Amino acid sequence: MGSHTMFVQVVTFRRAAIAVLVLLVCVLSPARSFAQVDLVGSWAARNTEDISRDSYPVDYIGLPLNDEGRTRALTYNESQLAMIERQCEGWPQFYFVQGPFGLRIWSDDDPVKGTAISFTIGAWEDRAPMTIWMDGRPAPSKYAEHTRGGFTTGTWEGNTLVARTTHMKAGFLRKNGPPSSDQATMTSRFYRHGDVLTVLTVVEDPIYLAEPHIISKSFQLSATPLSPIGPPCVSTYEGRPAGESVPHFLPEKNPFVDELTKMFGLPRDVVLGRPETLYPEYRRTIKDKYVTPPPCTRNCGAPPAR
Amino acid sequence: MSVRLVLGMLIVAAGLSAVPAQAQGRGGNAPSSARASAPIDLTGYWVAVVNEDWRYRMVTPPKGEYRGVPLTKAALQVVNEWDPAKDEAAGEQCKSYGAAAVMRLPARLHITWQDDNTLRVDVDAGTQMRLFRFEPGAAAASQPSWQGDSTAQWERSGGRGGLPATGSLTVITKNMRAGYLRKNGVPYSADANLTEYFDISPSAGGQLLVVTSIVDDSRYLLQPFIVSSHFKKEADGSQWDPTPCSSRW
Repeated sequence: MGSHTMFVQVVTFRRAAIAVLVLLVCVLSPARSFAQVDLVGSWAARNTEDISRDSYPVDYIGLPLNDEGRTRALTYNESQLAMIERQCEGWPQFYFVQGPFGLRIWSDDDPVKGTAISFTIGAWEDRAPMTIWMDGRPAPSKYAEHTRGGFTTGTWEGNTLVARTTHMKAGFLRKNGPPSSDQATMTSRFYRHGDVLTVLTVVEDPIYLAEPHIISKSFQLSATPLSPIGPPCVSTYEGRPAGESVPHFLPEKNPFVDELTKMFGLPRDVVLGRPETLYPEYRRTIKDKYVTPPPCTRNCGAPPAR
Repeated sequence: MSVRLVLGMLIVAAGLSAVPAQAQGRGGNAPSSARASAPIDLTGYWVAVVNEDWRYRMVTPPKGEYRGVPLTKAALQVVNEWDPAKDEAAGEQCKSYGAAAVMRLPARLHITWQDDNTLRVDVDAGTQMRLFRFEPGAAAASQPSWQGDSTAQWERSGGRGGLPATGSLTVITKNMRAGYLRKNGVPYSADANLTEYFDISPSAGGQLLVVTSIVDDSRYLLQPFIVSSHFKKEADGSQWDPTPCSSRW
């Protein structure tokens, strides 16, 4: 065997070995490197679930507020929206599953590997866009700036994208005032089944929640592109000069506290978001007290299409 | 010699890369039963957490209210004619406990394996029982019933990089009796089909189950009715509280 032939064999062997090593790295590397399902696209909200619940001044139904959260919520006066520094509190990241809007999701991909560096859920109606970093970058220091959008990292667990959001500004769980603190975190799981995307979101807040707040909402893949509406909430002057006092209600003085009780016969504990009201056994405590309201005569549902 | 070594490495690599494909159940040596091949464990007690649609689930909403449900005109007539006394007289108190609605009830689930290829879901509200059959064609072609006939299939994923395989459960239910999506007579017809996806998630101190339900009903629904309901896992059945069906509560 001549030296040239041996040289060729060595080079061939090295190239093949490198190829095998690359293959092994791909096979054995962490699952987060691989997009297991395609989340990119336009996901329309069908709004067949009643999640937002922000149409009435005092409606904390379905929230597991603790006493501090409830007390703080009841001080909220919607005239605060006229204050420049408070106008955007109602559109935290939770709004991407609580609001009535769809999701436009796109990815920024590594040009060589083809893997997603990040996914972005586009902004919509004052909510900031959410960038889900998939490249394993470290979380910011706990002293880093908190923003409306927060900081979100993602990993794949099988076919499920798991996104964890931290560093959010204090704001509201809903637009009508139940608060969230700057220590709140949000973990979202994206389950795709065919053309249906279900997002399970768990909000934890050691300051204002008695237990994690769980939201699950489904979206449907839309052939019609959804165009993110931005920019996210921009404060502007709305008639309230700087330096004026903060509009609020004093304890026990909120005039709307019994509004839903009168309209729908709901116990006050339910309206005020006590955590025990979220579980089946609570029905036992109200079974003999609840009176079904009279038949619905307006706003009963959307009329059917012609 | 070196070429053989490279070939050997390639074979090993190919074998490793094939692991997830086999785990996905799309060929290869499939495990013998649905129970043995389950990528997730759904068994145990689960309690509904009613964060959403509280007014439509925890109490009986007013007659005539159907917000969020894309009803047809034919369905509206049913909504407006709802009469719980009439249902009671007809022995149809379980109309709001059928498969298309039962996972949305404020209830506890007890999920067990009835046999190696049948997952059983007991629901304490209304004392209902569903059977998810994994064997093709095993769903009994019987008379229509509240819970209908359900066929089930695991969907697998993961298994790469030494991470455990995971997945979800898909259940298709047909042959249901006509019932109510909500207690106040918002209907689905006997033509309705139900598709459900069961996913689980770890959570602080336990597990969550999320069930995505899609009701297709060309008679009473203008478009699929999609809701996702979530449950927390409980340590035991100490809160299990079977109750009979009720037309009014």
